Amino acid sequence: MSHEVDKAAVKKEIIGNKRPKGKKRRWNRDDTELTLLALPTTIWYFLFCFVPMFGIVIAFKEFRINGRFLKSFWTSEWVGVNNFKFLFATKDIWMIIKNTLSYNIVFIILGIVVPVAAAIAIGQLHSKKLMKVYQTAMFMPYFLSWVVVTALVWAFLSFDKGLLNNLLESWGMDRQQWYMKPQMWPPFLVFMNLWKGVGYGMVVYLATITGIDKTYYEAAGIDGATIWQQVRYITLPLMKTVIIMMFIMNVGRIFYSDFGLFYQVPRDSNSLYDVVYTLDVYVYKQLRTSTTGMSAAAAFIQSLAGCVTILTANWVVRKVDRESAMI
Amino acid sequence: MGRQRPGQGQIRIKGKKEPDGFERFNRVSKPANVVLNIVFFIMAMACIIPVVLVVAISFSAEESIQEYGYHFIPKIFSLEGYTFLVSQSKMIVRALGVSLLVTIAGTVLGVILTTLMGYVLSRPGYKLNGFLTMVVFIPMVFNGGLVSTYFVNSQLLGLKNTLWALILPLCVSSFNVVICRTFFKSTVPESLIESAKMDGASQFTIFSRIVMPISLPVLATIGLFLCFSYWNDWYQSMLYMEDSKLYSLQALLNAILTNIQMLAKNAATMGLGAAEMLAKMPQEAARMAIVVIIVAPIACAYPFFQKYFISGLTVGAVKG
Repeated sequence: MSHEVDKAAVKKEIIGNKRPKGKKRRWNRDDTELTLLALPTTIWYFLFCFVPMFGIVIAFKEFRINGRFLKSFWTSEWVGVNNFKFLFATKDIWMIIKNTLSYNIVFIILGIVVPVAAAIAIGQLHSKKLMKVYQTAMFMPYFLSWVVVTALVWAFLSFDKGLLNNLLESWGMDRQQWYMKPQMWPPFLVFMNLWKGVGYGMVVYLATITGIDKTYYEAAGIDGATIWQQVRYITLPLMKTVIIMMFIMNVGRIFYSDFGLFYQVPRDSNSLYDVVYTLDVYVYKQLRTSTTGMSAAAAFIQSLAGCVTILTANWVVRKVDRESAMI
Repeated sequence: MGRQRPGQGQIRIKGKKEPDGFERFNRVSKPANVVLNIVFFIMAMACIIPVVLVVAISFSAEESIQEYGYHFIPKIFSLEGYTFLVSQSKMIVRALGVSLLVTIAGTVLGVILTTLMGYVLSRPGYKLNGFLTMVVFIPMVFNGGLVSTYFVNSQLLGLKNTLWALILPLCVSSFNVVICRTFFKSTVPESLIESAKMDGASQFTIFSRIVMPISLPVLATIGLFLCFSYWNDWYQSMLYMEDSKLYSLQALLNAILTNIQMLAKNAATMGLGAAEMLAKMPQEAARMAIVVIIVAPIACAYPFFQKYFISGLTVGAVKG
């Protein structure tokens, strides 16, 4: 392709921005080159995102591994909704869905209230240096993996050596089998989730707060507004968008749970089964231990419900505040 | 801004530490400040203390742990946890090597794939823009679920028991692509690209010679996100690694947490019997020493990289 033609194409593209609607621009060299640039990532998306999306139909099959994937896929028998029938015949599934939803509801509420409050409060500290130090310290758990967190928790809760039991003993009380006490785990898991997430949330909200024009506060202060009033009428309204964004992102994932938190931290303890099993843990355990049928059915429900919730949440936000919507 | 309010600017320059009169007036009272400081001090300590405890355990002698349990101050100080790991260097070094390799390779590959897609999507007037936007957006809303993903990765793509299983599934995320697209759209001037095009530069040249060099902040942000997620990943190993030779540090720790005998099993191949080894080795200290090896680089690095994380997190919240 000669230089002249290329220049013409470029010129056309510049003008093209103003061209009337409906008239199609022709495919040019630019498009070819951009397509080539996007090709590797598109292939990645195809293999790692879209192929599994079609693979989801194994929920309607009696999937047996029989050589390579495609062969097993074709030779597996269609069983309609049998997998789902079996799944809902177990009483576990209701308990698991209940666990997943109720943990997530608590996480979403506390996951907004606590970091927003912390971000507003930390911004009020007189010493900016101390503020930085606290913020850095509280951000750290976000960078630790759940496996590491499991080891940290173990150091506190282990029966024979754990710090908590050592303290109890030194106060003349009995050692406790923490990993066998279902009643303490729901609040503890909520605590761990906050422990790991507050620093992160605080940083996100703090970035929004520092972006607010200082003159608003000055004007309000001169007019005699208290700090409370300033928070209520300036900070919170200006944080609305980011809070709504975080909210839909979390509501959209209400059928998903943090596998590490629910599987690793309780160390897969059998006595805690009733209180720590969520959909992700269930799907993983079923996949590892028994038939794929129920596991695939549960994963299917999770994907579908997740899709519906995220689209609904997004739709609601569009109605309320168009600018905050994700799509 | 400074021009509009010259008075304030001057005061700031004069006394940097003391805010000006008005700012002093418009802030929480001294007692409230003290209370807030105490609250945040406690919260900060709650985040740090577990790590301190684990470090303390890793420096404790085995017999003191067996007798007194875990404590913040080692009853008997000892390096035996670490010397044991050094004596098992084959296993530890291999795991460290896997972790490093996966982290570096994954980060490089991920940054390339993410920025390429982000750049292409940021081009206005590109013919397939709508299609590729869908390619990126649909996975944010819908996914195949664990079972299907697992079978596709292990059976169809044959990633099981290969290092690719640790690298490929994590290297692109739509979230990062959107961050890149937003960045390119907002910071790379359109005229720069147009003028390069006038000079006959191909899109590849524009991308690698012009866009990349001026986009270092977003590269750093994406790179850091990826770096931490690869270093911290244990889930992929748990799913796809049956061969303990290919365990990363996280996978090794995971295996040891569930079964401390793993360490002994490896030691047993060195001549000692497994039971004898298990009795002799500093189990507790060694286990926590692995935690320290994993956490130390993160704890040292993240305070310096925090600002890139923050910029990424906030850019991500702005839709493009």
